[in-house]
Amino acid sequence: MRLVDFFKKKTSSDIAKDRLKLVLVSDRASCSPEVMEKIKNDIINVLQKYVEIDQSGLDIKITQMEAEGDANETGPALYANIPIRSMRHTD
Amino acid sequence: MSEVIVVTSGKGGVGKTTTTANIGTGLAKLNKKVVLVDTDIGLRNLDVVLGLENRIVYNLVDVIEGNCKPEQAMIKDKKSDGLYLLPAAQTRDKSAVTPEEMKALVNELRKDFDYIILDCPAGIEQGFMNAIAAADRALVVTTPEVSAVRDADRIIGLLEAHGIKNNRLIVNRLNVEMVKHGNMMTAEDVVEVLSIDLIGVVPYDEKIVVATNTGSPLAGDGSIVGTSYMNICSRILGEEVPYLDLDSKKGILSKIGSLFGKQ
Repeated sequence: MRLVDFFKKKTSSDIAKDRLKLVLVSDRASCSPEVMEKIKNDIINVLQKYVEIDQSGLDIKITQMEAEGDANETGPALYANIPIRSMRHTD
Repeated sequence: MSEVIVVTSGKGGVGKTTTTANIGTGLAKLNKKVVLVDTDIGLRNLDVVLGLENRIVYNLVDVIEGNCKPEQAMIKDKKSDGLYLLPAAQTRDKSAVTPEEMKALVNELRKDFDYIILDCPAGIEQGFMNAIAAADRALVVTTPEVSAVRDADRIIGLLEAHGIKNNRLIVNRLNVEMVKHGNMMTAEDVVEVLSIDLIGVVPYDEKIVVATNTGSPLAGDGSIVGTSYMNICSRILGEEVPYLDLDSKKGILSKIGSLFGKQ
């Protein structure tokens, strides 16, 4: 946020636009549970080539995250927390 | 070459029917042969906005069920030559028609008209699916409010998912005074958050309420609202028309200011 913006009071139309941008990001990013399940399975399949995964501790979802370099902008992001039991050594 | 345009919004009460009536009137004034189809089965309204409610004999469902020919159900407009209305049924519901039946009917109408304008019901259920089934393109109507713009975004996504392209946005009921005081989003704000091109901005005006009271659309009457609608019609025909300066009550000082590039 610039210093000038700090002193300028936000109008209600500014607030409307900001709220709208946020709500549209999550509206557009939301995908059906079936698609989410497919993404999850595909990620697991790829990773299992290299590591052994603790499937019970798996957490994958789409969330809001601050865009790089600008704390005022947010965008959809795929959040994945995948506990690894051990590495597979193939070679 | 005829074109089928659906007027849609998602949210109710943003002015779809008024927009349909005025665009029909405007296109007829530009010497096009136009039929307006009210696809809001069960909640018929386009007839009263046009002032044709006393002339209805047959309706859309009668035509689809084969009880009459399309030309028997169509009502010629009182004021505009070349403008016709195909009214919705009032005592039936959306399930009386399927998307395939609607498509077949509209394709039949293509032979006789330059423009077929479909007034879509609110919502994204069967009524919406029926209305968009036959459309070549869509005019998405919204007001500069968070709820209406959010629904418009959903509609734009659904239209694209159904392969309907070249859709355009109409920002309706823009209150110039409120915009000036920072209490309403501008048309530019709305266009910025939606991924769609603008085709018109219609300012809020009490004249619209009066016009609906009497059943006489304003397109082409010389007022700012009427001219906004005429400009939309010209843009539908592919003409480049500059946008109106809606802030006509500007003081001399701000006019001089704008000469120097200051708003």
